[in-house]
Amino acid sequence: MTALAGVLTLLLHAALVLAAAPVLAGLLGRARARLLGRSGPPALQPWRDLVRLARKQPVLAEDASWLFAAVPGVCVAATLAAALLVPSFALGMATAPLADLLVVAGLLALARCALALAGLDAGTAAGGMGASRTTSIAAYAEPVLLLVFLVLALLAGTTNLDATAAALREGGQGLRLPLGLAGLAVCVVVLADRPGQDALALEYSGRHLALIQYAAALRLLLWLSLIAAMFLPFGLAPAGAGPLAWIVGLLAWAGKLGGLCAGLLLLEASAAGLRVLDVPRLLGAALLLMLLAALLLFVSQGFA
Amino acid sequence: MAGLFVLAPLSLVLPHRVAQAGMLALSGLGLGAALLGLATGPAALALPVGLPGAGMSLALDALSAFLLLPVLAPAAAVAACAPDERAPPLLPAFAGCMVLTLLAGDGFTLALGFSGMALAVWGLVPGRPATPLLGLAALGTACLVPALALLAPAGALELGFAALRANPPDGWAGAAVLALVLLGAGWAAGLAPLHLWLRPAHPAMPAPAAALVLGGMTKVALYVLVRILFDLCGPAAPVWWGVPLLVVGAASAVLGALRANTESDLVSVLAASTVGHMGLIATGLGVALLARGADLPALAALALGGALLHALAHGLFGTLLLLAAGAVQDSAGTRRLSQLGGLIHRMPATTLATLVGAASLAALPPFAGFAGVWALLQSLLAAPRIGGLALQGLLAVTAALAALAVALGAAASVRLVGVAFLGRPRTPAAAAAHDAPRSVRVTLAVLAGLSLVLGLLPGPALHLADPAVRALAGAGLGGAGPLLVAPAADAPGYSAPGVAVLLGLCLAGGAWVARAWMVQGERRAPVWDGGFGPGDPATQHGAASMAQPLACTLGTMVLAARESVDAAPPGDPRPARYGLTLRDPAEPLLHAPLLRARERLSAFAGRAAFPTAWQGLVITVAALLGLLALAAR
Repeated sequence: MTALAGVLTLLLHAALVLAAAPVLAGLLGRARARLLGRSGPPALQPWRDLVRLARKQPVLAEDASWLFAAVPGVCVAATLAAALLVPSFALGMATAPLADLLVVAGLLALARCALALAGLDAGTAAGGMGASRTTSIAAYAEPVLLLVFLVLALLAGTTNLDATAAALREGGQGLRLPLGLAGLAVCVVVLADRPGQDALALEYSGRHLALIQYAAALRLLLWLSLIAAMFLPFGLAPAGAGPLAWIVGLLAWAGKLGGLCAGLLLLEASAAGLRVLDVPRLLGAALLLMLLAALLLFVSQGFA
Repeated sequence: MAGLFVLAPLSLVLPHRVAQAGMLALSGLGLGAALLGLATGPAALALPVGLPGAGMSLALDALSAFLLLPVLAPAAAVAACAPDERAPPLLPAFAGCMVLTLLAGDGFTLALGFSGMALAVWGLVPGRPATPLLGLAALGTACLVPALALLAPAGALELGFAALRANPPDGWAGAAVLALVLLGAGWAAGLAPLHLWLRPAHPAMPAPAAALVLGGMTKVALYVLVRILFDLCGPAAPVWWGVPLLVVGAASAVLGALRANTESDLVSVLAASTVGHMGLIATGLGVALLARGADLPALAALALGGALLHALAHGLFGTLLLLAAGAVQDSAGTRRLSQLGGLIHRMPATTLATLVGAASLAALPPFAGFAGVWALLQSLLAAPRIGGLALQGLLAVTAALAALAVALGAAASVRLVGVAFLGRPRTPAAAAAHDAPRSVRVTLAVLAGLSLVLGLLPGPALHLADPAVRALAGAGLGGAGPLLVAPAADAPGYSAPGVAVLLGLCLAGGAWVARAWMVQGERRAPVWDGGFGPGDPATQHGAASMAQPLACTLGTMVLAARESVDAAPPGDPRPARYGLTLRDPAEPLLHAPLLRARERLSAFAGRAAFPTAWQGLVITVAALLGLLALAAR
């Protein structure tokens, strides 16, 4: 019975995530345009773009290898696999035993490395620049993420996403400073993760470009769902809960995503004009913040 | 296995082909014996030769049998694909000494094997870069012998492991053993600050020799570290013993991984990344020692198991990548990244194997490197429970540095594959490359297959290490099932088959959607490149360009990187030049004082050879007095 419920939750989650990712990107784009005083494209524009691109044949560079054509699929698959591990509205999905924070980070790294290889495969300067930028920014972001995981693992006793979310939800110790700092640090990582990969998609067209854009939208949704599940776990339906709890969870998820989008936009607007060279500095600041959070946790919790 | 020894002297006289075949057969037999040893339990054998009164003995237990796998697998692979007569004749002797070190049943045999191995490396490296190796070989012996002597019971010449184990060192003796072992085995493992010899030595070595040194010898050094620190020093080591390993490991991990992003030669990149991976493994050993001292056996088992698993994985994918680098050199005539490119079209089989190896090097799930790194990072995440605010702070910093090293390793492997194998060929030689000969391709395919299997089934591999971990850490590796790598018996963990199935389902679903709903086919056109079209292949992002973002940020902090840009003024057709100088932090720390000491010593020797009359008189009188004092005792 629980296994069936788990599969059902997973299927619903998958359908939701697959449908919502481009919509979220569209909403974010529209809100960003509004913030700048433009009216912006409608929220469904990314979906329309995807459908249109899917009807176009891709043009491949003459020197491109089989890897170039395979990367968009790998990118979408790895990101989707990661997205299926992160709970959205309910815990206890069939993938819950696999859902580990380090595995999610690893799958995202797989997608990132594949895309960086594609950027180099085209044999252009722009693609290479995007590749080196993406991999080096990831090198600054990973230590921040690992310290976030450290804080979560110390509080929850595990790095399993489901168990962590459940533990933090049950914990109910109110807002904790280390958790708050960790949430802020993940937001900075998301902010640093967003640009940089545009240059890698320059040589892509047609259905390949559709897949790449879809993977990018999925990644954003995944990050926001992860923040929502870890740092704002209220409203998540517990494992094996009924449809009513699911509806509450769905509403809470939508609300949290909306709030996080607004926060991300504000953060982005305040960091407007951030140069690429400033990103390592920003992530370095986040790293120091996380070290502080870890020390605070050691002092306050003892763990001795 | 004794056969490798018989082969060792013979290989100098035997024709090359026979020696290679013998090495392959014996390594294969050894692999079988190691697996059998893991299944059946410990075995011992007393040798008819050895020190008077003490003798020599061989022993095979869980630890040595497990670590024989990542030592003999590179040996077999190198023997299977050593391309021609250029392979150095010392390879079987080198492999034999490594096996002797692992099979040693007493301290004398261990030191003998290790010293022989170090001398064999010196013989493998041609020319000038070999010089420091002689010094390092001497250092290794000079450190291991006193360390083992400190462990030996007083008064008796009893060097068997059982006797050493019965006499655990305490107080200053323990600290001395730790320092001596770190010095004596650390250089062979490539741990900072003793990793400097790798940089000049590896480009000078033929790739098969480099594969055996980096894939195999580092694991032998790891074995010596684990054998002495975990086993012979007894289970009662103090907590702080883990700290030096933790610090040295984190420093090596970051330094090696960063260096792997700035090197310009395929083999140098892999040598630097080996330093990084051995650093990660040493970090795991440090956590295991800390946890064992703090009486947290489950955590110690996780850290030690992760270290052993990663050593096994690195033995496979490190060898794979180095042999692929050798194939590239044979085919394109160079190993310099800036002269390669586009090999995916010319060397499809080698490229495919390299992709598998690079994905493991980058620790991407579900490939071979991920499970070990997962367990190591998990142990670091749980380690703050050991307690003590200063230690917790150190562990948090170490965890961040380990994550940095893993991400830098991913960046390095993207750079390695992207610059050398993808894009357009940068030189005519690279454009005319052809795929490796069949024997090399088969070896690479077997290694890639083994890496894939290890990546998909890390649980059973960890199960092989379980007896060793149980003996050394005091607890077995938990895990709800044989397919899971988990921190405790009832905890969720990393299920590689599950992740692989999920990934496969997503790939299949994506392919179905693309087939059913998207337009098929594709067109070929010249590369767009923002409207510039296909230009000079040199305008591609090269090795130095890939290194630049890291060199100008982290590099300035860690490697004292200096960039120089010499751009011609407008109207001057002179090309712009970009230069990057790096300095390893170990150089001023270690090399410069050593060089200064050598200068002083040689100056002193020069002066002492021609003493003045007074000095001669003083020396003679002092020598006489010394002799008298000796005689009077």
